[in-house]
Amino acid sequence: MRIAIIDYGSGNLRSAQKAFERASGEAGITADVKLTSDADWVLKADRIVLPGVGAYADCRAGLDAVDGMVDALEETVLKQAKPFLGICVGMQLMATRGLEKATTMGLSWIEADVVRMQPEDTKLKIPQIGWNTIEIVNPHPLLDGIETGDEGLHAYFVHSYHLECRKPEECIATTDYGGSVTAIVGRDNMVGTQFHPEKSQRLGLALISNFLKWAP
Amino acid sequence: MTLKVRIIPCLDVADGRVVKGVNFVDLIDAGDPVEAAIAYDAAGADELTFLDITATSEGRAATFDMIARTAEQCFMPLTVGGGVREVADIRKFLLAGADKVSVNTTAVKNPDFVAEAADKFGDQCIVVAIDVKKVSAEGDVDRWEIFTHGGRKETGIDAVEFAELVVSKGAGEILLTSMDRDGTQVGYNLPLTRAISDAVHVPVVASGGVGNLDHLVEGVTKGGASAVLAASIFHFGTYTIGEAKAHMQAAGIPVRMQT
Repeated sequence: MRIAIIDYGSGNLRSAQKAFERASGEAGITADVKLTSDADWVLKADRIVLPGVGAYADCRAGLDAVDGMVDALEETVLKQAKPFLGICVGMQLMATRGLEKATTMGLSWIEADVVRMQPEDTKLKIPQIGWNTIEIVNPHPLLDGIETGDEGLHAYFVHSYHLECRKPEECIATTDYGGSVTAIVGRDNMVGTQFHPEKSQRLGLALISNFLKWAP
Repeated sequence: MTLKVRIIPCLDVADGRVVKGVNFVDLIDAGDPVEAAIAYDAAGADELTFLDITATSEGRAATFDMIARTAEQCFMPLTVGGGVREVADIRKFLLAGADKVSVNTTAVKNPDFVAEAADKFGDQCIVVAIDVKKVSAEGDVDRWEIFTHGGRKETGIDAVEFAELVVSKGAGEILLTSMDRDGTQVGYNLPLTRAISDAVHVPVVASGGVGNLDHLVEGVTKGGASAVLAASIFHFGTYTIGEAKAHMQAAGIPVRMQT
């Protein structure tokens, strides 16, 4: 299986690559996990991952700066329906628009805006940094076998902005941070996690493993 | 669902090796950061902080390699700091596998650097580490000031005002070290931690002075910290991460009990 982790100048790609290598090994899947900024390689990949650490506008500009990459993503994800996973800002880029600092157009795959979190309890700190549990809203194969809810496993979040789903059916899971916050979004062959599966220990490796086995 | 309070062991590294007294049980080579990270990962630490005290560029290259090797084996969050002077330094740490990068002296010299870094990498990625000493006399109203260069150089800058300033520039977290307390094991400086935590809307990580598990609890309940950092009590095996978490949970603080 060819797994393309898209390199568009965003930080912390090695962790994602290593987590995918570990998860594929544990799942018994022979995988070629490649960090790539080569649109042709993405076109040939079986799984596509868009990671992301950074400010929304800067990440979008970085993605646009990679020759042919947005076209390759639209071809493989929207037309060929290859399984896609966006992580953190990579997930937020699936939305219509990001409102971090300036208004920036996303890929418009998920009808949503990415807005600053405004917890009801104003004493809650922003960014949300740390471990929180998640609650399933719409069951999804990505969460198969993963304990969720208050007593479930934890996911590692580090973000000030969150994706507000406009279509309730596209919200797969939420977490609570002074109100409901989208933790996983998805439709058809695409999913995105606000948290970092590559940093979320057991929950993360199980989720990546499920993504590799997923046949949407 | 509740965000859990983080317990963060901190390791000093130089030239790619852990340097300041690490003495785990069952650890073959305490100087190897990867082994230390694996041990803390397995023990349930919520994040790891590496402070790079390397002086040379060769040593720095070794540190980047160290972070990369750690990130290859530990799927847990890493914060790295020490010697960040330009945006390119931050990117190098991130590419090596850090999730957050901490900035200290450069932010004091030029607070706008924080804005430049946050615009590039997002607020959530930029930690400003501030080292503070009390300068007011006993009995006077508390006043704390920022010190740089490992506490040797005074700046005359008010700590609370500086914290507010760097947060307004885009710092996503404050790593607050009370230099009066560091290494003393008498507990965090709670009035300082509370003053900074109340002044800013971002998480504050309390650091400096932990000697027992009640100190960790107080950092949260009295100091208002979002996370508690400690070095010696964990490195020397006085307490395990698990014991620290159990103690905090018993005190009613939400912690992550399973990895």
